[in-house]
Amino acid sequence: MSPIETAETAPEPASKIELPAHVGGGGEIPTFDVTLRVRRYNPEYSEESTWEDFSMTMYGTDRVLDALHKVKWEQDGSLSFRRSCAHGVCGSDAMRINGRNRLACKTLLKDLDTSKPITVEPIKGLPVEKDLIVDMEPFFQSFREVMPFLVNRGHEPAKERLQSAEQRERFDDTTKCILCAACTSSCPVFWTDGQYFGPAAIVNAHRFIFDSRDDAGDMRLEILNDKEGVWRCRTTFNCTEACPRGIQVTQAIAEVKQAILARQV
Amino acid sequence: MWSWVGHRITGVVIFVFLLVHVLDTSLVRVSPEAYTAVIGAYKNPIMGLGEAALVAAIVFHAFNGLRIIAIDFWKKGPKYQRQMLWTVLIAWVVVMVPFLIRHLTIVFSNFFGGH
Ligand code: HEM
Ligand code: SF4
Ligand code: FES
Repeated sequence: MSPIETAETAPEPASKIELPAHVGGGGEIPTFDVTLRVRRYNPEYSEESTWEDFSMTMYGTDRVLDALHKVKWEQDGSLSFRRSCAHGVCGSDAMRINGRNRLACKTLLKDLDTSKPITVEPIKGLPVEKDLIVDMEPFFQSFREVMPFLVNRGHEPAKERLQSAEQRERFDDTTKCILCAACTSSCPVFWTDGQYFGPAAIVNAHRFIFDSRDDAGDMRLEILNDKEGVWRCRTTFNCTEACPRGIQVTQAIAEVKQAILARQV
Repeated sequence: MWSWVGHRITGVVIFVFLLVHVLDTSLVRVSPEAYTAVIGAYKNPIMGLGEAALVAAIVFHAFNGLRIIAIDFWKKGPKYQRQMLWTVLIAWVVVMVPFLIRHLTIVFSNFFGGH
C-alpha cells in the first residue's frame, strides 16, 4: 500500500511553462570572496576602537547585512549591530560602508569593490556604545524638539481631514523619512557641533510645516530659526547623497530657510 | 562636501591675505622706506607663485560663492547644484589659464631678465 499523499509529500506538478535558465532565478548564483574590515569597540575591554578583518564567501545576491550576519552567526557572536526589517524600511542599520553612510540591508556586496576589504564603521558624530551601535538619543532629542506630529487648532472633524493632491504633493518627499540618521551623521557641521538640529530633524519639521492640515508651522519655523537651527547648514549636500530614501534633504532645508525669511518680511 | 571644504579654505586664505595686505599697506604711514622695502620683497618668483595661488583662490571662492547664493535663493538651485559646480570649475579653468600664462610670463621674464 502506498503511503497517503498529503499536500506536503505530493510532488510539485511539473510547470507547464518552460523558463530559460537565465530568468526566474534558475541559473547558478555567482559567489565571490570578500573581506569585511569592521570597526570594533567594546568598552568592557578597551577604550580604543580597533579594525578587525573577517573573510568569507558570499553570493552575488548578498548585501553587507548578510555578510555581517555570517560573521555574527558563524565567526564571532560578539559582533554587535542593529537591524530589524532587513528591507530598508525600519532605519536601524545605517552605517558607514567604504566611507559612505548607507543602509547595510540595501547595499549589495557586488556593487562594492570586492577586491579590497570593505570597511564598515558606525555612523559618525554620535557616541559609540559597542561596535556598530551608536547612542541615537541626541538624534531623537532633536527630532522630538521640532514637534513631529500633526497640530490642528480647528475642531475635530467627524471624518478624515481632506487635502488636495497638490497640497499633499507639497511635502511628499519628506514623508519618506525612516529616521535612519544617515543624513545627520554624514553632516560635517553635525560632526563638529552636536547641538545642531541636523538634517533629519529639519526634514521631519518640513513634513509638517508644508502640510496644509497643520497649524503649528510658525512654531516650528521659530524653533528652527535658532542659532543651532537651519542657519548652521552650509549646503555641503552630504545629507542628500547619504539618504537611502532619496529624499532631497538639502532642498528641504533650503525651503525651510526660505519660509523663515518669507515669514519675517 | 569638497566644494564646501574648498570654499572654506579659500575663504580663510583670502582673509589671511587681506590681513597681511592691510598691515603692509598701512606701513606706508609709519615709514615709507620700510613700505618700499616690503613691497620690493614681493617682486620675486616665490611671491609671484603666491599671487597666482591667491588669484586662483579668489576666483574659485567668487564663482562658488555665486553657486551657493543660487542654491540658497533660486528655487531649482539645490536640484542643479552639481551642474553648477561643474560650471564653476569650468569657469575657473577658463579664467585661470589665460591669467596664468600672462602672469607667469611676466613674473619669470622679470626674474630672469634681472630687474
Ligand atoms: C568675490 C566675492 C565673494 C563672494 C561672492 C563670496 C561668497 C561667499 C558666500 C556665499 C559664502 C557663504 C558660504 C556658505 O554659506 O557656506 C562665503 C563664505 C565665506 N567667505 Fe566669501 N565671498 C567673497 C569674498 C570673500 C572674501 C574677500 C573673503 C575674505 C575676507 C571671504 C571669506 C569667506 C569665509 C572665511 C567664508 C566662510 C566659509 C564657510 O563658512 O565655510 N569671502 N563667501
Ligand atoms: S532624511 Fe533620509 S537619511 Fe535622513 S533620517 Fe530620513 S531617511 Fe535617513
Ligand atoms: S534593517 Fe531595517 S532599514 Fe535596514
